[in-house]
Amino acid sequence: MTGQAAPADPAEVESVFREVYGQAVATLIRVCGDITVAEDAVQDAFVAATDRWRRDGIPPNPAGWIVTTARNRAIDQHRRSARGRELERDAVDHSGPQFEPSAGGQEDEGPVTDDRLRLIFTCCHPALRTEHQVALTLRLLGGLSVAEIARGFLVTESAMAKRLGRAKYKIKAAKIPYRVPAEPDLRQRLRPVLSVIYLIYNAGTDELEDRAPLRQEAIRLARALASLMSDEAEVAGLLALVLLNESRVPSRSGDGSIVLLRDQDRSKWDQRLINEGHAIVRDCIENAQPGPYQLQAAIQAVHCAAEKFEVTDWPQIVTLYDHLFSVMPSPVVALNRAIAVLEADGPAAGLVALDGISPDLGNYHLLHAARATALRRLGRIDEARDAYATAADLATVVSDRDYLLLKVSELDGGET
Amino acid sequence: MSHYLLSTFGSQGEPSSETPPPEAMQAMMERTVALEAEMDATGTFVFGGHLHGPDATTVVRSSDTEVVMTDGPFVESKEHIAGFYIINAEDLDAALAWAAKVTECIGRPIEVRPFAGTGRAVDHMPNA
Repeated sequence: MTGQAAPADPAEVESVFREVYGQAVATLIRVCGDITVAEDAVQDAFVAATDRWRRDGIPPNPAGWIVTTARNRAIDQHRRSARGRELERDAVDHSGPQFEPSAGGQEDEGPVTDDRLRLIFTCCHPALRTEHQVALTLRLLGGLSVAEIARGFLVTESAMAKRLGRAKYKIKAAKIPYRVPAEPDLRQRLRPVLSVIYLIYNAGTDELEDRAPLRQEAIRLARALASLMSDEAEVAGLLALVLLNESRVPSRSGDGSIVLLRDQDRSKWDQRLINEGHAIVRDCIENAQPGPYQLQAAIQAVHCAAEKFEVTDWPQIVTLYDHLFSVMPSPVVALNRAIAVLEADGPAAGLVALDGISPDLGNYHLLHAARATALRRLGRIDEARDAYATAADLATVVSDRDYLLLKVSELDGGET
Repeated sequence: MSHYLLSTFGSQGEPSSETPPPEAMQAMMERTVALEAEMDATGTFVFGGHLHGPDATTVVRSSDTEVVMTDGPFVESKEHIAGFYIINAEDLDAALAWAAKVTECIGRPIEVRPFAGTGRAVDHMPNA
């Protein structure tokens, strides 16, 4: 049945598990109609696979092997209960054209990927609160452990387990459907899906090394979504955005502190990711259906195209931010636009733009850091130092705070 | 099919100050009648009603020794349930679509809550 009989190495088995987890759980949920039963069955199938694959090698279609094994486990588990008999019947019903195990116990690729799409729309249903959407997506589609998710969001493992439990309870009790929304609602329902993936990516950028799994998972989800919904320009935009952000990660930290865009060693940027991101952005521009993710990706594309900080096309970035602000008028967008104005038109214009930003952002450390930069360039050193100190007070991430305190001490020194 | 409770809240003291003018009231009644006809035609409507306020409410509590009545609702709060529908719907998306129609019709937010069970307890007894 298996082509190769060579034993598989445990790390390889582990990476295959991560790759197929979401597909397997998604299919099992459709087959047995219950998230917890599906998760347990897939877990059991992984245990069986660990022994088998290390001995006999990884089968040609690992996802199909896991799904078939997990489905048999789910049926076994419930065989004696009335529910089990129903389940068995359902499984048979589903094994028509859309769920046809082939001779080698493999599943067709098509319906499997459709299931993942169903699952992400269920996980990101607007009737669930955002933190529940995020946790469910990482657990069910990403296969991250409860402990890993808890670490990513700075909560205890038991709090995260409770959060997941509540979300699953609501899906079942309220009967949140397991399907891709129909056309009139699709755009609206896609919004939380995109924002959950981007939130997961951003949660992975705080502690770059520890949280790499969150970023990897977000990229994996964005890729899957982009291949499943190739007509949606914003899905492509999100993928380009996370790829371009990720391309700069290798240059973002040095000795445990953050390195700003200006000071990054651009030779460390991942050119493969940049090329992929640029190609998607070009397609988006050609498509001419702009939206917030595509515009943010276009801005990152301009940064990534600059060989040195000094040759960045800042006027182009200001134009893109103007466009972004017109569709997404948030104070954070206004802040980023003002920072671009500072580079394009000088510190005086930048300070005017910064001081025009909504007072809602008064507690955001980056606003004060940007003001400090403008003031320092204008030679207003005392005010600059105060602004850096305020920024340091407000920063919540240790590496950000360390960087800002360093700036304060530089200006202390510069005064004498 | 599942049952869902669609309820809306009113605020204490609000009716006198915020009662809409008669024409608006009439228009709302007409919209509501049309919506309920749509619910009937699709087998959605199970029951519905408009409730008196907390001033008309009594709570009955039993302890080991006696049954005590108190004037007023369970919880003294500014908001109380003002009216509700019980509907039949395929799933939460269908229930939410009806809730959207109700809120457009009456101009108030709607809480959607699934029933854990409906009908008589005897129907939910485990098989002896």
